[in-house]
Amino acid sequence: MPLVPNTDTVANLLAVTPEILLTVLAVAIILLDVFWPESRRRQIGYVAAFSMFAIALVTVLVPTPAINSQLMWGGMIRHDTLSQLFRTMVILAGGIASLISMDSPGIGRKGEFFAMIVVATIGACFMSAAADLIMVFIALETTSISLYILAGFLRNNLRSSEAGMKYFLFGAFTSAIMLYGLSLLYGFTHQTNLYAIGDMLHKLLPAGAPVNPATALPILLSLVMIAVGFAFKISAVPFHFWTPDVYEGAPTPVTAFISVASKAASFALLTRFFVIAFQGDPTTHFWVQLVAVLAVVTMTTGNLLALPQRNIKRLLAYSSIAQAGYALIGVASIAAQSGSVPGSGAAAVGFYMFMYVLTNLGAFGVIILFANATGSETIADFAGLSRRNLPLTLALTVAFLSLSGIPPAAGFVGKFFLFRAAVDANLTWLAVVGVLNSIVALYYYLVVIKIMFVDRSPDEDKVIPVSAPYRWALAVSCLGVIALGTFFAQPVFDWAALAAKGLFS
Amino acid sequence: MLIGLLVIPILLALVILLALKPEQRNEARIIAACATGACLLLSLFVFLEMNQTSNISHAQTQAAAGLASFIEEVKVPWIPALGITFHIGADGLTAPMLLLTGLAAFCGVLISWRIEDRTREFMAFFLLLVAGVYGVFLSLDLFLLFFWYEFAIFPMYLLIAGWGWVERREYAAMKLTLYILIGSVVALVGVLVMYFSAGSFFSDPTHPERLPELRTALNDPNAAAYSFDFSQMEIASRWKEYSGAFNQQAATTANSSNPNATPQTAQPGEPGPFDIAGAFGVSIARFWFPFIFIGFAVLAGLFPFHNWSPDGHVAAPTAVSMIHAGVLMKLGAYAALRIGVQLLPDGAKVHLPWIILLALVNVVYGAFIAFRQRDFKYVIGFSSVSHMGLVAMGIASMSVVGMTGAGLQMFSHGAMTALFFACVGLVYEQTHTRDIPSLGGFAQKMPFVAAAFAFGGLVSMGMPGLSGFIAEFPIFSGVWQGPVTGGNNYYPIIAILSALGIIVTAAYVLRVTQQVFSGPFNAQRFPDIHNITNLDKVAIVLLGSVLVIVGVYPQIMSTMIQSAVLPVITALKGG
Repeated sequence: MPLVPNTDTVANLLAVTPEILLTVLAVAIILLDVFWPESRRRQIGYVAAFSMFAIALVTVLVPTPAINSQLMWGGMIRHDTLSQLFRTMVILAGGIASLISMDSPGIGRKGEFFAMIVVATIGACFMSAAADLIMVFIALETTSISLYILAGFLRNNLRSSEAGMKYFLFGAFTSAIMLYGLSLLYGFTHQTNLYAIGDMLHKLLPAGAPVNPATALPILLSLVMIAVGFAFKISAVPFHFWTPDVYEGAPTPVTAFISVASKAASFALLTRFFVIAFQGDPTTHFWVQLVAVLAVVTMTTGNLLALPQRNIKRLLAYSSIAQAGYALIGVASIAAQSGSVPGSGAAAVGFYMFMYVLTNLGAFGVIILFANATGSETIADFAGLSRRNLPLTLALTVAFLSLSGIPPAAGFVGKFFLFRAAVDANLTWLAVVGVLNSIVALYYYLVVIKIMFVDRSPDEDKVIPVSAPYRWALAVSCLGVIALGTFFAQPVFDWAALAAKGLFS
Repeated sequence: MLIGLLVIPILLALVILLALKPEQRNEARIIAACATGACLLLSLFVFLEMNQTSNISHAQTQAAAGLASFIEEVKVPWIPALGITFHIGADGLTAPMLLLTGLAAFCGVLISWRIEDRTREFMAFFLLLVAGVYGVFLSLDLFLLFFWYEFAIFPMYLLIAGWGWVERREYAAMKLTLYILIGSVVALVGVLVMYFSAGSFFSDPTHPERLPELRTALNDPNAAAYSFDFSQMEIASRWKEYSGAFNQQAATTANSSNPNATPQTAQPGEPGPFDIAGAFGVSIARFWFPFIFIGFAVLAGLFPFHNWSPDGHVAAPTAVSMIHAGVLMKLGAYAALRIGVQLLPDGAKVHLPWIILLALVNVVYGAFIAFRQRDFKYVIGFSSVSHMGLVAMGIASMSVVGMTGAGLQMFSHGAMTALFFACVGLVYEQTHTRDIPSLGGFAQKMPFVAAAFAFGGLVSMGMPGLSGFIAEFPIFSGVWQGPVTGGNNYYPIIAILSALGIIVTAAYVLRVTQQVFSGPFNAQRFPDIHNITNLDKVAIVLLGSVLVIVGVYPQIMSTMIQSAVLPVITALKGG
C-alpha cells in the first residue's frame, strides 16, 4: 500500500460525494424547517429519509478507485470498499431512523432533529473512511457531539436530559483517554497517517527480532488507550455503563440510531485502525488477545445482564452490548486467512453489522409504535400483541430471531460467518464461547416473543395504529433481514469480502 | 420436485399468516390440509421412485465404493465464496423419513381440526415446522442442514408455548428449545472444524494434486477446497481409498514413462502428513465425534440428555407431539448418523462402543420410567425415550443389520408414536385429565381409539407381522453380531440386557391399555364423551395402515434403507 495520496481532483471529490450530499441535505432541512408552515413540517422526515436512501444508492454506485490510489485528501480518508460498505450502512440507518422518528412526539416535526441526524450520519461516514489520526478524531467527535445533542433532545423531559448529560460525560472522558493514546502514538511514530504508522511500527518492532520493551510498552499503552475510546463507542464491557441509561432515557428513535449507526461506524474504524496501524508481530498478537478477551467479557456480561430486564429498551441496550461482543469475535479473527476469502473475519464483521443495522432499526420501530400507542415500554405490557396487531408482532419476531441467530433471519448467517472466521483463525474456544452465549441470548429473546404470542392482556381489543412511514421502515427492515438471511446473503457477503480484501492489500 | 416439499409449506404458511383474517378458521385448516396433503403425495412419490430397482441397485453399486447416492438432486450455489450450496436430494435413508414427515404432518392437521384459538397462527407455524423438518432430511449441505435444523426450532417453541398444556407449556417449550439448541451449536462448531481441516487438506500447497483429484472424484470441475457439501465431505472422509486409487494410477503412469523414477506419491494406505485415514485426520475425528454425535443425539433423546423430551411431548399440543416425537426426534438420530458416523468413521469406531451403553440405559431405564407414570401422556413420552434408545443402539451396533434396523425403527416408531399421541390427544380433549387411575372403560365410548391404541401397543411390543418387530429384531441381532470393526465382545450382553426393555414395554403398554380402555366407565365423572370424528379416523387409519404394510412387506423399506446404510459400513470397515 503506497502512501502517496491521490491528487486527482475528480477522484477526490467522488470520494466524499456522500458527505457532500449529506451536508447539502442538512442545510436544506434547516431551510425547509424555516420556510415550510407548521402543517407541512412532518414531511421533513420524508425528505430526510428518502434523500438518505438516494444518497445510500449514490454511495454504492460511486466506483472506488484502483487499490493503490485510494488515499484521498492528503491521506485523510481512504475511499475503498470497506468505507463504501459501512457508509451505505450508516446512511441507510440514518434514513430508516428518520422514518421511525416521524410520529414520535416532541421530535417528529422538528427540522433541527433531522438535521442533527444527518450531521451525525456525516460523522459516521467519515469514521468509516478515516485513515489519519486527525480525521479519526474529528469524525468521532462530529458523530459523538451530534449524538449527545440528540440524546438530550427532549429538553423538558428529565430522563432525556439525564441521558444526554450522562452520554456526554462518559464520551468526553473516554475521548480524552483516546486522544492521549493518539498523541502517544504520534509521538512514537512521527506520523499521523494510519498506513504510515503501520509501516513505522513494522520498522520499530521488526518481526522475529527480540522485542525491545522500551519501544513496545508505550506503544501497547497507546493501543490500550485507543481501545478504550472504541470500547466506549461500541459499548464494550467495561465501558458499557452508559448504555442502558442512555438507551432508556433518550428518545427511542435516537436510541435506535445510536445503537446502530455509531456502533457500525465504530466497528469500521476499529477494524481499520487496528489492522492497519497496529501491525507488526507483538502488537498484532497483543491486540488480538485483547479483543478476544473483550469479546468474551462483553457478550457474556451483555447477555447475562439482559436476562433480568423488564424494560424493553434496557433489554435491547444489553442485547446491543452482547451483539458488539459477537462482532468483536470477527475483529479478533483477523488472522483468518484460509479458504477463498482472505480476511474473512473482517468480512464477517461487515456482514454482521449490516444485518444488525437493519434488524435493530426494525425492532426499535415496533417499540416506538407500541410506546406511542400505549405509553409503555415494559416488556410485560407486550402481552397479547399478536392478537392486537399480527404484522407488527411478526416484524418484532423477525428482528428478535435475527438478533438471536435463528434462521431464516439474517442473524443466523451473520453469526455463522463470525464463528466460522473464529475457527479459521484457530480461535475455536472463542467460537464455543460465542455459540454458548447465543443460547443464553435466545432465552431472553424467546421470552419476549412468548409474551407477545402467548400471554393474554385486557387491552387486546385496542388497536395499535401503524402510519405510512413506519410501514415503510418496517417493511425495509423485515424484508431486508429475511433476504440477507437467505438468497441475498451472497451478494452482501461478497461485498464485505471485497472490503476485507481491500483492507489487507 | 423435492424443492416443492420446502416451498409448498412455507408459501402456504405465509398465505395463511398474511392473507387470511383471524376469523377465517376453516380456510386456514383447509389450506394447511392441502399443503400437508400435497407434501404427503410428493413424499410418497419420492419414496416410490427411490424404491425402483434401478435406483436401489445404483445406490448399492455406489455403496461398494463407500459413497451415498442420491436421487432428485438439486444443487445451486448459495454463498460460493465459502463453499455453501443449496444442495438437496434424497436417498434410501431419507425417503422413508420424508414419507413419515408427510404422514405425521397430514394426520397432525386432521387431528388439530378442532383448534379454535388462533387457528390461523397455529396452522401457519405448523406448516413452517413441517418445512423445517423436510429441510433437514433433504439437505446435502451441512450449512443448509443447520439452517433448517434451527429453522424448525422457533415454530416448535411457539406451538408448544402457545397451544400446549397450560400448566407446563412455557417451561417445557423453553427447556426443549434450549436443550436442542445447545446440542446443535456444539455440533456446529465440530462441523466447522471438519470444514477447515478438509479445506486446508485440499488446498495444501505441498500437495497440489489433491484438489484436481477431488474434482475428478466429485465430477465437478469447479469444486472448491473449502466446502460444506456433503458429497465432498464424504469423499474427504474416505480420502485414503480415493488417494490410494489415484496414486496407484499416477504411479503406474509415472513408472511406465520412466521406469527408473521412484514413485513420488504416497502408497495406498500409507499415512500422509496428517496421519490420515480421511482428510479430517484421526485426531480431529476422535476428538469431535462425541460432540457432533451427541450434539445431534440430544434431539433423539439420548440418555442423559433425554430430559427435555417427555416434558416437551406432554406439554405440546397433540399435532406437535405427533410431529415432534414422530419426526423431530428422528432428525437428531438421522443427523448423528449422517454427519457423525458417516463422515467421521474413525471417531465412530472409538466412541460408539461406549455410546451404546447410553443407548442401553435409554431402552431399559426409559421403559421402567414409563411403567411408573400415572400420566397417560408421560407414558408415551417415556416410551419414545425407550424406543429412540433402540435407534441409537442400532446405529451404535455398527453392523449392516443393526443400522438397517435403526432406519426401520425410525420409521416404525415415528408412525407408531404419532398414532399413540393422536389417541392420547383424542381422549384428553374430552376428558381434560390424563391421570390413568381416574380413566377407565373408554373402549365403550371410543372403540376406535381403543382399538388403535391397542394396535399401537402391539407394534410397540414388537409383535411379528407389524413394523415394530421388523425394526427391533434386526437391531437386536445386529447388536448380538457386534460391530463390523470387530472386537467389543460385550455387545451380546447388551443385546440381552436391552431385551429386558421389551418386556417392560409389554408391561406398561398392557397396563395402560387395560386401565384406560377397559374396566368400568365412570359415567358420572365423564358424562359427555362422544366418539371421534371421521377426520380423526382417517388420520388413525392412515398411521395404522403403514405400520401393517411395513410389517407385512418389509422389503418395501428395508432394501432401500440397507442401500443407504452400506456406505456407512464400508466407511467403518475401511481406514
